[in-house]
Amino acid sequence: MINLETPRKHRMLVDQAHQVAMNMLRPISRKYDRAEHSYPKELDMLAAMIDGLSESGTSEGAGATSSSAPEPVSSKGPVDPNKVRNGANLASILSVAEMCWGDTALLLSMPRQGLGNAAIASVANDEQKERFKSVWASMAITEPSMGSDSAALTTTSVKDGDHYVINGEKIYVTSGERSDAVVVWATLDKAAGRAAIKSFVVEKGTPGMKVERLEHKLGIRASDTAVITFTDCRVPAENLLGTPEIDVKAGFGGAMATFDNTRPLVAAMAIGCARASLDLTRDLLEQAGVSIDYDRPAQVQSAAAAAFLALEADWEGAKLLTMQAAWMADNKIPNSLEASMSKAKAGRVGSAVTLGCVELAGTIGYSENELLEKWSRDSKILDIFEGTQQIQQLIVARRVLGLSSAELK
Amino acid sequence: MLFSSHRSTGSSHGLASTETRAPIGFAVAALNRLAQSDLLDRARMRRPAEQLVFTATRGGFRTAAAAGRAFARRGGPGPGVRQEASSNSGVFDLNPTEDEQMLVDVVTDFATEVLRPSAAEADDACAASEAVLKGANEIGLPILGVPEALGGISEHRSAMAGTLVAEALSRGDMGLAVATLAPGSVATAISLWGTDEQQQSYLPAFTGDDVPAAALALAEPTVLFDVLRPATRATRTADGYTLTGVKSAVARGAAAELFVVGALLDGKPALFLVPSSTDGLEIEADPSMGVRAAGLTRLTLTEARAELLGDADGAAYTECVRLSRLAWCALAVGTAQAVLDYVKVYVKEREAFGEPIAHRQSVAFMVADIAIELQAMRLVTWRAASRASQGKEFAREVALARKLCADKGMKIGLDGVQLLGGHGFVKEHPVERWYRDLRAIGLMEGAVLV
Repeated sequence: MINLETPRKHRMLVDQAHQVAMNMLRPISRKYDRAEHSYPKELDMLAAMIDGLSESGTSEGAGATSSSAPEPVSSKGPVDPNKVRNGANLASILSVAEMCWGDTALLLSMPRQGLGNAAIASVANDEQKERFKSVWASMAITEPSMGSDSAALTTTSVKDGDHYVINGEKIYVTSGERSDAVVVWATLDKAAGRAAIKSFVVEKGTPGMKVERLEHKLGIRASDTAVITFTDCRVPAENLLGTPEIDVKAGFGGAMATFDNTRPLVAAMAIGCARASLDLTRDLLEQAGVSIDYDRPAQVQSAAAAAFLALEADWEGAKLLTMQAAWMADNKIPNSLEASMSKAKAGRVGSAVTLGCVELAGTIGYSENELLEKWSRDSKILDIFEGTQQIQQLIVARRVLGLSSAELK
Repeated sequence: MLFSSHRSTGSSHGLASTETRAPIGFAVAALNRLAQSDLLDRARMRRPAEQLVFTATRGGFRTAAAAGRAFARRGGPGPGVRQEASSNSGVFDLNPTEDEQMLVDVVTDFATEVLRPSAAEADDACAASEAVLKGANEIGLPILGVPEALGGISEHRSAMAGTLVAEALSRGDMGLAVATLAPGSVATAISLWGTDEQQQSYLPAFTGDDVPAAALALAEPTVLFDVLRPATRATRTADGYTLTGVKSAVARGAAAELFVVGALLDGKPALFLVPSSTDGLEIEADPSMGVRAAGLTRLTLTEARAELLGDADGAAYTECVRLSRLAWCALAVGTAQAVLDYVKVYVKEREAFGEPIAHRQSVAFMVADIAIELQAMRLVTWRAASRASQGKEFAREVALARKLCADKGMKIGLDGVQLLGGHGFVKEHPVERWYRDLRAIGLMEGAVLV
C-alpha cells in the first residue's frame, strides 16, 4: 500500500537524531566553521553515544556503516507486498539528513561514520567486516589529475608476496588525517581498465603513507580534507576489499556498488542541510509578517511566499526520491538509477534552496550572524562529491536511454 | 477583478490596456476590416472553411444548458454514506495495493488502445467521441469514488486509487482524461459531501448504464483568481439558494446534466448542486490552448436555483479544491510520462552528424532531467494522495505537488517539443499537444477530482 511517510519504526531514531543535531551540533556549528582544521573534540562523546545506541540495538542505522549492498536479484519485479521492509538504508538516510540539519561538516567528521566505512560495509567480506568494525575509515579515490573519470586513475598496487605495494597521490580525502584507516582505490593493471581497480584498507601508521596537507575550503570547513601520498606503501593482501581477480566481464561493478549506497546518503545530507535553511527562513519570513498559505494560489501571495513554496516543492521531490532509493536497497531491488536520480536532484536542490534562502533573508541571510550563509557554502560540495551533478545525469541518461558508455560518452 | 471593472478580457486581442494606436495602426486596422468583410468571399477569394462549430469555436454566442434529465428526489435529510479512511501499517511503501494495480492495468490498456489513437481528433474537435465516453463508463470511471453501499466500487477513501487512475489515463491523453473523469468527479463530490437525499437522488444516474455528463465548476475567468474567494455569489432564498456569476474551464459543459458550482455564501466559499434543467444557466464554448478534448465551456449563472452540497463553513469546499488540484497533478504526471516515453525513442532514432542525437550529452541530459523531475513529481503527488486516503492533513503536500507539477511539468512539455526540433512543432507528432496540455497545471481549478 502506497505510503510515503517516515516509517513508524524509524520515528524515534529521527527524533533522537534531531535532538542530537539541535543540542550538540548546532551550538558548535559556527565555532568549527571558523576554526578550520581544529578537531571537534565534542564529537568523541557523540560517537561513543552512537556506538552505544548501535550496540544496544535501540538504534538502527545511525550512520553510514549500517547501509549495506542490495543482494543481487534476478529481476526488478515488484516485491511481495507482505514483506516490504523499512530497514537500515532508510534509517541511515533519515538520520543522516537529521544530523546534517544540525551541521553537515560535523556529520562528515563523525568518528567511525566515514564514507570509507560505507565502502567496507558495501564490498567487504564477513572476515573483513569483523576485523574493521571499529575502525574509522576515510575514502581516497580522487587524484590531482583524475576526478569523475575513474578509468584515468594512476595510483598503482603491485602484488609482492603476501602484500600489495601502493604508489600514488590522493586528494580530497575527507577526515584523512583524523581517521584510523583509509580505503584507497588503486589499479592492479592499468591496461586492464576499470576492472583492475580495487580498494585497499590502509591503516594509519603504515610506512610510506603520509598526510601531506589539509585543504582550505568554501564550506564544510569543520570536516578536514587531506592530501595523502603513498610511496612504496606495503599493505597486507587480506586488506584488499572484495575479490583480487581482474574480472573484465564483471568490470567495475565491485567498486561502483559502493555508490549505490553512498549516493543516497549524500543526497540525504543535501536534504538535511537545505531543510535547515527552509526552517529558519520560514520563521524569519513569519516574523516579517509573511506566512505561507498552502491553499491560496501562489500568485496572490507575496513574492517571498511564492518563492518559498517553489523551493519547498523542489525540496520535497528531492527528499522522496532519496527515500525511494533507500527503500529499494532495503528491499533488495537494484537501485543504481534511483540512487543517481536522488543524488542529482538533491544536489541541485540543496544549492537552489540554501542560496534562495540567503536571498530571501537579505543581508540577514548573508551575514555570519546567522547560519544561512554557512549552509549555502556547505551545500555546494554535496553536488560534487560522490559523483558530480553531471556524472549523475550521465548515469541516468545512459540507463533511461539504454546506451553504453561508448555510445553516450 | 481590477481589470474586469473597466475592460472585459478577450475583447482587445491580447493587447495590454496601455497600448495606443499610431497613425499607421489605423491603416492596418482598416485593411483588417476589409479582410474580414464578405467582399472577399463573394469574389471567392477565400476558402469557405469558416464553419461555425459550437464546441470548437468561441463564437461569442451562448446557449441554454443541456436539457438534462429529472433527478427523482429520494432519501432523507440525514448525512450520507461516508467511506472510511484507509488504515496503514506505518511502513514506507511504493507498491499499490492489488486492487489498485488491477485498476491501473485496466485503465492503462484503455488509455493505450482507446484514448491515445483518438487524441488528435478529439483535440481538433474539442470533444470526446461516443466510443471513448462509452468505454470510460464500461470500465467504471464514473463510480470510482462512489461507496459500495451506493452502487460504486470504493470501500475506502479513493484519493490514492483516483490518482493512479488519472495518471494512467493521462498517459493516453490529458484532454480525454479530463472528459472521461468529469462525471465521476461530480459523483465523488456527492459521495464525499452529499446528504442522504442528495446521494439517493443523484448517484443512481451515475451508477446506471446511462451516465450523465456532469461538471465540477470552480474556476472563474478573472486575472489573479483566488479559488477560495469566488466572485460567484450565493444568496439564501425561502427554500434554498440562488447563484449568480460566471464559471470557466467547465468540462463538457454543453452536455452536462448536473453541475457542482463553487460560490461565496456569507463570505465563505461553498459547493452547490445545480441540475442543467435549472432556469438561469447559459453555456458558452470556451476552447482553450489545450485540454481541448474536454470540451471546455463557460457557465453563466443568473439567479439560478441551487442546493448546498456539504457545509457552509468552507471545509468541504477547501477539501474539494485540494482534491481537484491533486487530480491535476496526477494528470501532469501521466502526460509527462507520455513525453518521456516518446522522446526517449525519438532521440535514439533521429540522427545528426552521423549518429543518433541521443549520443550527445546536451540531448541525453535533457532526457535524464525529464526522467528525474517526472519521478519527483510522481512521488510528491503520491504522498499527497496517500495522505488524503489515510484521512491525514494534506494541504501542504498538495500545494507542493501542484507547484512542482506546474513548474517541472511545463518544463518537460517544453523540452519534449525542443527535443524533436521542428518536428515537435507540427501536429504530426503529439508533443505539441502535450506542451499545450501541460500548461493547464497550476492554473486549473475544478473539473476533475480524486
